[in-house]
Amino acid sequence: MAIRLFFKRANAVRAGALPVAVIVWAGLTAGPSAFAAEKPRAGSNLVFAVGGTPPSFDGHRETTFAMLHPVAPHYSTLLRFDPQSYPKIVGDVAESWTVSKDGLVYTFKIRRNVKFHDGSQLTARDVKATYDKIIFPPAGVASARQASYAVVQEIETPDIYTVMFRLKQASASFLANLASPWNFIYKADILVRDPRWYEKNIMGSGPFVFVEHVPGSHWVGKKNPDYFMKGRPYLDGYRAIFIRDTAPRVAAIRSGQALIEFRGFSPAARDDIMKTLGNKGVVQESPWICNLTVTINNEKKPFDDPRVRRALTLAIDRRLASKALSKISLAKYVGGLFRPGSEFAASDAELKKLAGFGDNIEGARKEARRLLKEAGVPEGFSFSLKNRNVKEPYEVTGVFVIDQWRQIGLNVNHIQQEGGPYFDDFRQGNYDAGIDFACDFMDEPDLQLIKFLSSDKSTLNYARYKDPVLDDLYEKQSRETHPKKRLALLRQFEKRVLDERAYQFHILWWQRLVPHWAKVKGWKITPSHYLNQDLRDVWLAE
Amino acid sequence: MVRYLLRRLLLMIPTLLGVAALVFIMIRIVPGDIVELKYAGQGAYAPREAIERERAQLGLDKPLWHQFSTWIWGMARLDFGQSMWTGRPIAHEIGIRLELSLQLALMATLIAVLIAVPLGTIAAVKQDTWIDYCARVFSIAGLAVPSFWLGILMILGFVLYFRWLPPLTFTSFWVDPVANLSQMIWPAIAVGYRYSAVATRMTRSALLESLGEDYVRTARAKGVWEPRVIARHALKNAILPVITVIGLEFAFLVGGLVVTEQVFNLNGIGKLFVEAISQRDYTMVQSLVLLTSAVFIVVNFAVDLVNACLDPRVRYQ
Repeated sequence: MAIRLFFKRANAVRAGALPVAVIVWAGLTAGPSAFAAEKPRAGSNLVFAVGGTPPSFDGHRETTFAMLHPVAPHYSTLLRFDPQSYPKIVGDVAESWTVSKDGLVYTFKIRRNVKFHDGSQLTARDVKATYDKIIFPPAGVASARQASYAVVQEIETPDIYTVMFRLKQASASFLANLASPWNFIYKADILVRDPRWYEKNIMGSGPFVFVEHVPGSHWVGKKNPDYFMKGRPYLDGYRAIFIRDTAPRVAAIRSGQALIEFRGFSPAARDDIMKTLGNKGVVQESPWICNLTVTINNEKKPFDDPRVRRALTLAIDRRLASKALSKISLAKYVGGLFRPGSEFAASDAELKKLAGFGDNIEGARKEARRLLKEAGVPEGFSFSLKNRNVKEPYEVTGVFVIDQWRQIGLNVNHIQQEGGPYFDDFRQGNYDAGIDFACDFMDEPDLQLIKFLSSDKSTLNYARYKDPVLDDLYEKQSRETHPKKRLALLRQFEKRVLDERAYQFHILWWQRLVPHWAKVKGWKITPSHYLNQDLRDVWLAE
Repeated sequence: MVRYLLRRLLLMIPTLLGVAALVFIMIRIVPGDIVELKYAGQGAYAPREAIERERAQLGLDKPLWHQFSTWIWGMARLDFGQSMWTGRPIAHEIGIRLELSLQLALMATLIAVLIAVPLGTIAAVKQDTWIDYCARVFSIAGLAVPSFWLGILMILGFVLYFRWLPPLTFTSFWVDPVANLSQMIWPAIAVGYRYSAVATRMTRSALLESLGEDYVRTARAKGVWEPRVIARHALKNAILPVITVIGLEFAFLVGGLVVTEQVFNLNGIGKLFVEAISQRDYTMVQSLVLLTSAVFIVVNFAVDLVNACLDPRVRYQ
């Protein structure tokens, strides 16, 4: 049982110590919670805040939580991650499934009692049309996740309740990819008429029916009385309020105008909220599938020399970073290419063998100085670190990294930029080093390693190197369905990226902190702010 | 006069065209691409083909002259086009927010006028007395305190001490006046206070100048009742620069309350502006700049007309 109850937070910054009753659910390790024993109460409307606005309503083309949080409650997906025991995969509209022995055919049986909000039956044809749009989008239709399903050869529907995915080769990540929260099941008839209809309209089979959207202001959904899960959802409806700035979003929760914000807050905002809410509030915490990396421009001198890049990663004391930064920012967990605690993560012993992840920081810095000297980099060498102008975790991490590099005799200029110029400079290679980031909806090597593929294969590889060895390792791990063999390949990949070549390297993984009103029940934090957002299990206590 | 007005009206067209060309070029010079921001901005992977397809869909693969002429032709037909970020009609997106921004600007202006004109007048009439000093402190404080900071203080006070905040979503005055005013009154006060400080100082100094003029001295010598001297003779002439300031401030408020709208979570034009710029929503930014420019031009024109009506000495050729 991983419920840690009621710790008192002494707030040293503010006058006087204020006891704050907080419940922390450790996301990954938590078992059934004390709240799970409470009897869910039907009725009430949930008001929650969203820190952005949805560009379009189409889950297949968007990449922002600002779309997912208000829109996901209207839709079902084929599979989903069980929020009570992530990363377990369970069926959503899929009742059951089988995988052929050679791993090339996945067959799904669709539930017979799933209806769209217009009253029509959801069938295998709708699932096929949905995935055809995602994997083989027609001209003029954008699909942000098409590349994740490149392994699919074709989709068939042997009967109206059966869908078969035929793959070109075995894929270790395929099933998990089908649990993507972005893959809303759309109605085939609508897609036939207009494949872009869902960009501006809502018609799903999820627990809530669309009521209203006022751009920039709010989104309203009401209970779907014909939802396929009897007794769900518990809520009568929900209202998502779009509040872009942190200060008014915190104020909205402190005042009870919104009861929760699902993405999460910084430690300071969490403390502000809990100081006001006292025992009326709880905090759920989890490691987050988001991280910050230092990206090095491998095409620029002297960074084209692996000794220089290795020196840069050796100089960073990640253990100290974890202790210091976690108090003031989202950055917290020391990890390699995979989220610490995930099934793919290196053990602590394995991690310590990689450059920059060991215990002996003095020894590492001595080695870093030696490497720089050997590479001909003079003492006091100057370069710039480009970063986003977002306070945390970007700015604080950038400042920390610069201080670490100063300790091996490097003189680094911190350049903070607004999103547009920042991405533009990264894309054009107009930088020396930079702070980059990644966020995914699940722990999955196929997703998380894309950034590290050769730059002609990955738009996210801003480090501008080409390495056929890494590309080959990626292909091999992707096809390897035996877990242990796959792990061995992943360790090879990780060692090459972070240690041998030090192309680009992680600093810290994030912590997800969701403070909310205690009366919000039935929602459990996951390591991703994209998951568990259909609200079907959520209810409000009086 | 009529010819002058017609010429002013016609001059609006090249002015707006110039603004349109300028903003079109400027927004494209700013580094960063809307499609890149949409995908990479979330840290997610999008293949190059998907990004190129999206660019083509938005027409960004076309030459600049083609993009500009298409947009201008649309504007000439009052077709604002669609937001590149959301795909929704720009006229609809702006329309939703315009009501709020106009109401806030009007309320702030009303508050400012109700404070500034009497206070500025009293301060001028009672020059160098404690009343004048108080009025000057009030207006200097208003100039020194940014309205968004005052807004933050208000919100903190409401939350911490009263556990109350104005409603988070906008309700039209015509639907529910009470809900509407309970949301709008606080930002209007925050903005109106700063605005009144400017107008108070302007009223005071203009009135002081007027009170020293010969025609005021003459009126007093003729034994005209003092309040009448101030209201009919001095203030009527002194009010002209105040009206100019009020007019320009009003035009600024329609699109310029960026930070205040963020603080109070008001879904107005300023907030839309910030979002559109940060998202590189070219068509939206272009339309918003054009709209606010048009508001400035029209208000400026209206101020000139009012000045002409109030002061017969003002003659437009």
